[in-house]
Amino acid sequence: MLETKGLTYSYNSTRKFSFPDITCQNNQSLLILGQSGKGKTTLLHLLALLLKPETGSIKIGEREVTSMDPTRLARLRAEEIGIVYQRAHFVNALSVEDNLVIANYLAGRKPDRQRAAYLAEQLGFADHLQKRTFQMSQGEQQRVSIARALMNAPELILADEPTSSLDDLNCERVIHLLKEQSAQIGASLIVVTHDQRLKDTFKDRVFL
Amino acid sequence: MNLLDLSWANLKDKKLNSFLSALLLTLGIGIISLLLLLNKQLDEQFRRNLKGIDMVVGAKGSPLQLILSSVYQIDAPTGNIPLEEVDKLARNPMVKSAIPLSMGDNYYGFRIVGTTEKYVEQFGGELESGELFANSMEVTIGYKVAEAAGLKIGDTFAGSHGFDQEGDAHGDHLYKVKGIFKPSGSVLDQLILTPLNSVWDIHADHEHDAAAEEDDDHEEVREVTSALITFRNPMAMMTLPRMINENTKLQSALPSIEINRLIELLGVGIETLRALAILIMLIAGVSVFVSLYNSLKERKYEMALLLSMGATRTKLFLLLLFEGLLLAIIGFVAGIALSRLGLWVFSKTAERDFHYSFRDFSVLPEEFYLLGAAILVGILAAALPSLGIYRINISKTLAED
Repeated sequence: MLETKGLTYSYNSTRKFSFPDITCQNNQSLLILGQSGKGKTTLLHLLALLLKPETGSIKIGEREVTSMDPTRLARLRAEEIGIVYQRAHFVNALSVEDNLVIANYLAGRKPDRQRAAYLAEQLGFADHLQKRTFQMSQGEQQRVSIARALMNAPELILADEPTSSLDDLNCERVIHLLKEQSAQIGASLIVVTHDQRLKDTFKDRVFL
Repeated sequence: MNLLDLSWANLKDKKLNSFLSALLLTLGIGIISLLLLLNKQLDEQFRRNLKGIDMVVGAKGSPLQLILSSVYQIDAPTGNIPLEEVDKLARNPMVKSAIPLSMGDNYYGFRIVGTTEKYVEQFGGELESGELFANSMEVTIGYKVAEAAGLKIGDTFAGSHGFDQEGDAHGDHLYKVKGIFKPSGSVLDQLILTPLNSVWDIHADHEHDAAAEEDDDHEEVREVTSALITFRNPMAMMTLPRMINENTKLQSALPSIEINRLIELLGVGIETLRALAILIMLIAGVSVFVSLYNSLKERKYEMALLLSMGATRTKLFLLLLFEGLLLAIIGFVAGIALSRLGLWVFSKTAERDFHYSFRDFSVLPEEFYLLGAAILVGILAAALPSLGIYRINISKTLAED
């Protein structure tokens, strides 16, 4: 569950952003559409607690997060927010499986290899678990990213342009998987993008 | 999954870089360790054999050569001296004891030395089995001789002339083994001891054979090779050596002075090697630094990613520090192993040529300091680039893609 009110952020005196209020319930998925330069990434980073808003409030679950100290924020982010980035990035030295369980380790939990195997099965890359990430195709890598975001069963899944570098077929696949998996764990899903192909796949939309 | 696993995985990922850093550390540490080992054992061996000997006298020539040949049984003697001169010296009030030595033959490369029981006492030799030589042509041998030549009590053998095995054998005069010494850690272990008479008897007969047509009045001047002298009082060191060098046919040599001079000569070489080794270790540090610095530049997005997933900056800092630490430890262990290998090779050569062995492979206390130094190098080299972790702007880095 996510709720924002009156969010603004400035990088400097000329680059300022002011965002519409956003609400996203559990089990709800929301599409935030906007052209480049409208502050999509800024908004996503604010929602991901990677940036501190200049004004406004953010509530995740029932918690008001804008007043938290960095350590608590980091902890909250690790446990309750899963982020899928536009281009998949991993720890190159580790296998696919280790790249998944590291999400557990960094959130202060025991590595859950069973969950990793389960998600790999669900997302169709179970055969690749012991491989290195750079050995997989872009579409496969994106699916691993999704799995990683789900490893801690977070309250909120944020996806930053998840389909922008994929072809139509994979685009459909990825969005379908995102929605399905978020629903499975009862999380809120927010997709931030400029990809017009997604316009009609979401019921709830916000335009920047 | 823990920090150690992650560090190790990162090191393995950059195999060539890690290998170079570890190799340099190994070399630096290996050289320093080897120098430490050699230094200690050379020192020990030198001192153990010097104990209680104040002066050595022999034929005129290089004092160092005299010491090396008569005390350490390395190198050829400077010549022969009349036994009479040694007896005269022994009667000098400042001299406590004079042990005569007669050298010139060998068996299997081990020297046969004519001397008295006082020589055995000098080195604290004890009998393992059998008894001490008493009559001409009887020998008591060191344990190394027994092992290498396969000699047992009761065996007889012929000595060869000179100091290597290829000399002419004195086939008609056989030595008989009467006893074997316990290992003493001194030069005794590699010698074959016999009464002075044995040496005279062998060579006297040769002379008689060779001089068959010559003057029958030919008188034997009994000669020995050298004598080991102990002083009755320390003042003797001031006056005796000068007196001997100027007034007699003998050459005197003071072991402590000659050995110190030798070590000084060697010392230059050792100091250079030590400086070189330290330089190598510093370069190893630079290698670790460069390796991690580049690694961090490449992994900047990875680090931002991990930070976004909940890693604390301190955790990541420690992660990188561990990589340096692991390299240092690997370098240290490999270096210590390498130095032992080097010592083993050195010992084999020394044993073959001089019958001295350097087999003490135990860990020296100085090597713990070396470990500390290695760890310090590893950590410092890793810390500098790792501080960059604290400067990463997560949002900006992740947005850069």
